[in-house]
Amino acid sequence: MAPPRPKPKLDQENTPFWTGGADGKLNIIKCSDCGEYTHPPRVLCRHCQSENVAPEAVAGTGVIDTMTVNYQPWAKDLPVPFVIARVALDGVPGVYLTTNIVNSPVEDVKFGDAVRVTFEENDGIFYPLFEKVS
Amino acid sequence: MAKEAYITGVGQSEVGVRLPRHPLLLTLDAAREAVAEAGLTFDQIDGVFSFPGKASGYLAFSPIGTDDVIEALGIKSKWQMGAFEQPAQLSAIGMAAWAVKEGICRHVLCFRTVYEAGGMADPAHYMPTPSDTTSGASQWTSPFWATSAACWVAQYAARHMHRYGMTREQLGQIAINGSKNAMLNPRARAITKEELTLEKYMSARLISTPLCLYDCDRFSDASTVIIVSAGDALDEIKCEPIRIAAMSGSVDRYSWDQVEWPAAYDAGRDLWTHTDYTVNDVDIAQFYDGFAFLPITWLEGLGFCEKGEGGKFIEGGTRIARDGELPLNTSGGQLGSGRLHGFGFAHEAVTQLRGNGGDRQIPGDPKVAVATSGGGPLAAALLLTRD
Repeated sequence: MAPPRPKPKLDQENTPFWTGGADGKLNIIKCSDCGEYTHPPRVLCRHCQSENVAPEAVAGTGVIDTMTVNYQPWAKDLPVPFVIARVALDGVPGVYLTTNIVNSPVEDVKFGDAVRVTFEENDGIFYPLFEKVS
Repeated sequence: MAKEAYITGVGQSEVGVRLPRHPLLLTLDAAREAVAEAGLTFDQIDGVFSFPGKASGYLAFSPIGTDDVIEALGIKSKWQMGAFEQPAQLSAIGMAAWAVKEGICRHVLCFRTVYEAGGMADPAHYMPTPSDTTSGASQWTSPFWATSAACWVAQYAARHMHRYGMTREQLGQIAINGSKNAMLNPRARAITKEELTLEKYMSARLISTPLCLYDCDRFSDASTVIIVSAGDALDEIKCEPIRIAAMSGSVDRYSWDQVEWPAAYDAGRDLWTHTDYTVNDVDIAQFYDGFAFLPITWLEGLGFCEKGEGGKFIEGGTRIARDGELPLNTSGGQLGSGRLHGFGFAHEAVTQLRGNGGDRQIPGDPKVAVATSGGGPLAAALLLTRD
């Protein structure tokens, strides 16, 4: 059986990101003053240092900016290969997510592919994985 | 001579895999060799600097702190520092250079000790307590099994290939060159037992594309010591001093996945703003190769070639060979001689500049070397000269 994904320890800053999937939302911190996004999430805006920030549900679509096909099982019984990708989120300039591209054979995943979020839930954490937009 | 900093003694312990010798003793082996080369005694050392300091939760990564060395050697230290939050490993030597230039210290013992192979064989003492939760920076990568820096550097390398057309045959020259040099380095015997061929490289097990097994350095047990001395203390030194002519560091953002290009590009460019030397003066390159793609970023970042041209620069391996125009990683680098974690590059640069490279000594009369460390979101470079 595949090992469970490492579980992020929830705190004040990261909870909206890791639990937003319960409502189908990919939450990224947005500044109400300058309009810029901050990721990884912080209690302030990394662009203007305003404390007037809140999680915003973004489109949840994006493009594969770079990727690697991982062959090394980093945990016992981890199925390989699988794709690790850096996804540039649509409408969220400057924010990238490290994620996995699922539901496609690894050889079908390419740079520039359009992808959308799909959440995988385990023990209260909603992991934002991505799949190709067909 | 005042307000200058020099590397004087350098030392290195045995380099091995699962060495039975305690990491404190490995550290003292390297320290004794370095101090003896400099012609100093431990009474004359008045500072101890390290990267990253003792990692209490993960002793295999860094088992020895500056306190341990001060205690064990009876050093009367005026200033010590062991800090992880620096722009990569060699920054500890950079901080020591500052300390001697400012007159705070005269002779600083800098060290990096690793026990990552031996530590894995004794996890109860040396490895982190297993946990199924993750926090801090790793929470953005580990949940997706991007567990190792191999997976992060792989994505930089893949982008370089996608955008500029670097091939695996080109990338493979880093590891192949390292193995050739390692075969001539007596301290690399535990890591490299035979020369790597392109055929063997191309058929190796993949780790995280495009990186294969030979593109990733190997855990080892070792200590490297570099003595940094003040310019006005050189009359106490018996070896040929090597000047730290310039240094640079860069941390853009710590988040590996939020930066497009490794920090080597910024640190590389910045190095030349602190010196009258130029990239054309460099005789020897010792570039951090924890993963084989990182030297490519240093070649481009320091301006040996244009961004995107690194693959072509190393094609065929002749340019970076010991008798090529830019000898690279003459000790074997970390790929060939073990994961000494940054300090090995300074050690080898000094060794070559002094003509002490033995069978692997490059031809000619080298005077200028660049040693680098890191290359991910953290980077540090030293320009070392015999002038």
